Amino acid sequence: MSGKPNTDQPVVEVSDLRVSFAKKPVVQGVSFQIRPGKTLALVGESGSGKSVTSLAIMRLLQEGVARIEGSVRLDGRDLLQLTEAEMRRVRGGRISMIFQEPMTSLNPVQTIGDQLAEVVRIHRGLKGADLREAVLEMLRKVRIPDPEERVRQYPHTFSGGMRQRVMIAMALACNPAMIIADEPTTALDVTVQAQTLDLLKALQRETGTAVLFITHDMGVVAEMADDVLVMRHGRVLEQGSVDEVFSNPKDPYTRSLIAAVPSLAGKLQIDTVPAQPVGELPVLTDGQPVLEARNLAVRFPVHGGVLRRLKGTVHAVEDVSFAIGKGETLGLVGESGSGKSTIGKAIINLASVHAGEIRVCGETVDYGDPRSLARMRRQVQMIFQDPFGSLDARQSIGSAIVEPMQVHGIETGQAARQKMEWLMERVGLDPARARSLPHEFSGGQRQRICIARALAMAPKLIIADEAVSALDVAIKGQIIELMIDLQKEFDVSYLFISHDMAAVERICDRVAVMYFGEIVEIGPRDDVIGRPGHPYTQRLLSAIPITHPNMRASRPRRIADASPPLSPIKPVGYTAPAARWGRAAAGHFIRQTV
Amino acid sequence: MTDAPLSPAAAAARPQTRWQFLKRLNLTTWLGVAIVAALVLCAIFAPLIAPYDPDAQNVILYLSPPNAQNLLGTDQFGRDVLSRLLFGARYSLTIGFLAIVVALIIGSLLGMIAGYVGNKTDIIVMQIMDVVLAFPSLILGLALVALMGATLTNIVIAIAFTAIPAFARIARAGVMAQRDREYVQACRAMGFSGPRILLRHILPAILPEIMVMASLWMATAVRTEASLAFIGLGLAPPTPTWGGMVREGFDNILSSFHLALYPSLAILLLVLALNLIGDGLRDAIDPRLKDAS
Repeated sequence: MSGKPNTDQPVVEVSDLRVSFAKKPVVQGVSFQIRPGKTLALVGESGSGKSVTSLAIMRLLQEGVARIEGSVRLDGRDLLQLTEAEMRRVRGGRISMIFQEPMTSLNPVQTIGDQLAEVVRIHRGLKGADLREAVLEMLRKVRIPDPEERVRQYPHTFSGGMRQRVMIAMALACNPAMIIADEPTTALDVTVQAQTLDLLKALQRETGTAVLFITHDMGVVAEMADDVLVMRHGRVLEQGSVDEVFSNPKDPYTRSLIAAVPSLAGKLQIDTVPAQPVGELPVLTDGQPVLEARNLAVRFPVHGGVLRRLKGTVHAVEDVSFAIGKGETLGLVGESGSGKSTIGKAIINLASVHAGEIRVCGETVDYGDPRSLARMRRQVQMIFQDPFGSLDARQSIGSAIVEPMQVHGIETGQAARQKMEWLMERVGLDPARARSLPHEFSGGQRQRICIARALAMAPKLIIADEAVSALDVAIKGQIIELMIDLQKEFDVSYLFISHDMAAVERICDRVAVMYFGEIVEIGPRDDVIGRPGHPYTQRLLSAIPITHPNMRASRPRRIADASPPLSPIKPVGYTAPAARWGRAAAGHFIRQTV
Repeated sequence: MTDAPLSPAAAAARPQTRWQFLKRLNLTTWLGVAIVAALVLCAIFAPLIAPYDPDAQNVILYLSPPNAQNLLGTDQFGRDVLSRLLFGARYSLTIGFLAIVVALIIGSLLGMIAGYVGNKTDIIVMQIMDVVLAFPSLILGLALVALMGATLTNIVIAIAFTAIPAFARIARAGVMAQRDREYVQACRAMGFSGPRILLRHILPAILPEIMVMASLWMATAVRTEASLAFIGLGLAPPTPTWGGMVREGFDNILSSFHLALYPSLAILLLVLALNLIGDGLRDAIDPRLKDAS
């Protein structure tokens, strides 16, 4: 454990915890202690045993299926020896949990107030006006605006971040000695994550609760933790204070996790260079662009009422223009709902273009003409987020790679098979496994299959829609390196759609930032990420976790303003005001706020 | 290059390979399979195992009860009931099987198109299916056969027509569940045509459910065929059909009940066996449904 002198007794002391399922060990000897007001980060990738550890502490693993050994001492008692009835009083009373999915952990048919009141009533025995006041106090504590109003509302009217704050309020309801937070911000957008982490830290200072923080993101660890425990395959790889681990990581795996934190964004400067107004955004690349989008708009109708009349339109993408040069990678970043995926789908005709023009290799794509579409599809391919979901589970991977070649008549028969085997080798797979089904491969290997399938068409452009977001850190790095290598070899361009700044930093030449369907800033990677000009870009980037705990004090932070978020749903007949652009540096353009 | 081993979550998400569900079939399902197989063999080898010509009349031996010469007795024309039953299996099985194959192909195609294209196509196709489904299959079959005449082809068409909506519905539901999955999106993004996506990618995913429907509806088809024959809209005499034999046996039900009894038992056995297979397949393919129904 950390060598920090601390006279306080540890709140919880776990020694030599071992968990096995059907004699298969999944946690092999974990020991740690957490002192009051301190945070221990439990770090690892999926399957490392980090969540099982937390469930074992709460004794939430099914008896008989899981075998738990070791000891978990809380308040001087060993939790593993308690009866189930005693344990129930510990759960939610002395230890509470916050889960990853705030969308599903609240009951959708009960008001927020009722759900909070239930917890308070059970654990603190309050009634009537006292109960009501306690609930309001809890909402105020987690910074929910207008608690008197909000307490009567249902969970669906709360945003993801607000729901997670309600979950935190519930977890704190009975002053627990310890909170177990299992990836509490993983499902949240980065700006919301920053707010949630700040809130957790503030509340922890007020209440002195010990926190066991489970995460896979070293940036979050750098922001939050006092001590770190790195797990892999059920074993502890490294354990120590956060400064030790970040300054002097001993295990190569820890080093790779730390290296995966976005570094450019971590060195953010917010001293804006004043942009020179230029009026319209020039679409520029050297030579003939592979892809050119001009004033692209995608809208979805919203129907309502008894007669299902058109009530409004979702302006998913509005007046977006950009271009991608040969062999270039343009990153499209933004939070969920910003319209970045819709752009990729519109280009490849999975969403219909409302207005504007898409040009592929100089030719305007006519989305009503099958021949024009077929020509576009030979040039543009797509890789999806979920490499398992985007492969047909019943089709062998060799056949999956060959099929597009046959459909488009590029190669047939033996030639197609040879090309498939060659492609499998190029992406680092054994061609002998061509007959295997997708489920026989790991997540990273499946994404390699998807890349090989995309390359089979010898496209000029590959749209990668969150292509590495679902992968574990180490695999993610490998896939990005593979994509960079293949780009050099095949001279292919990428439209890299992602919310993952570390990946964007690594692979992109230029970056475009999306906010509510519009591009607000576009330019070379180092300019946009290093010296962002648009207030939203600044807010987005300053929310990205720091790279080293010693930056905690020095980091500029621009937390989201309190104004309600814009709605992308506009009344029928709405026209967006014309955009005005400013130029900050060569090729770096910033949308001017009106 | 290295890659992480399969995570437990990924391993749990493994789909079953094509024939793995066979291992989960329970004993009663296999009993059903055995009965149907035996009946199919009887039908195929009827000329070899039938003791007499099914149409040969023998005025001396008419209406004799089961005895050593005629194991199941004879009918009012002195024809051997056992021989007629064995040959009758040919018609019951053929009509049931053909009707379901026709209904499966047409119904599944309609349902898949409705589910994949959606919008107006979906509404129109499914409205028509609902209208067809609103009639009891016997009444609809009766009307069609009465209209077209009782030939083998017409009976098959009539029964197939009544079963089409069931296949359309299940295929549509399956397609709609698969349509927005990412692999279908990927296929569309690669420019695959609708028919290719439907037949090569979506159909294999929904085929097990369709096959369950087929085995359950084949029981219905056999029953409908027997019912049609019973009310006189089956194949023309002297063709031995089980439904027709029950009908003829009814004339002498008081004196010789065996004439109606044995064909009735044959129908019961076949329908029961097909239902056992259908239920067993459904339980094996989707274990969650087991207790729901």
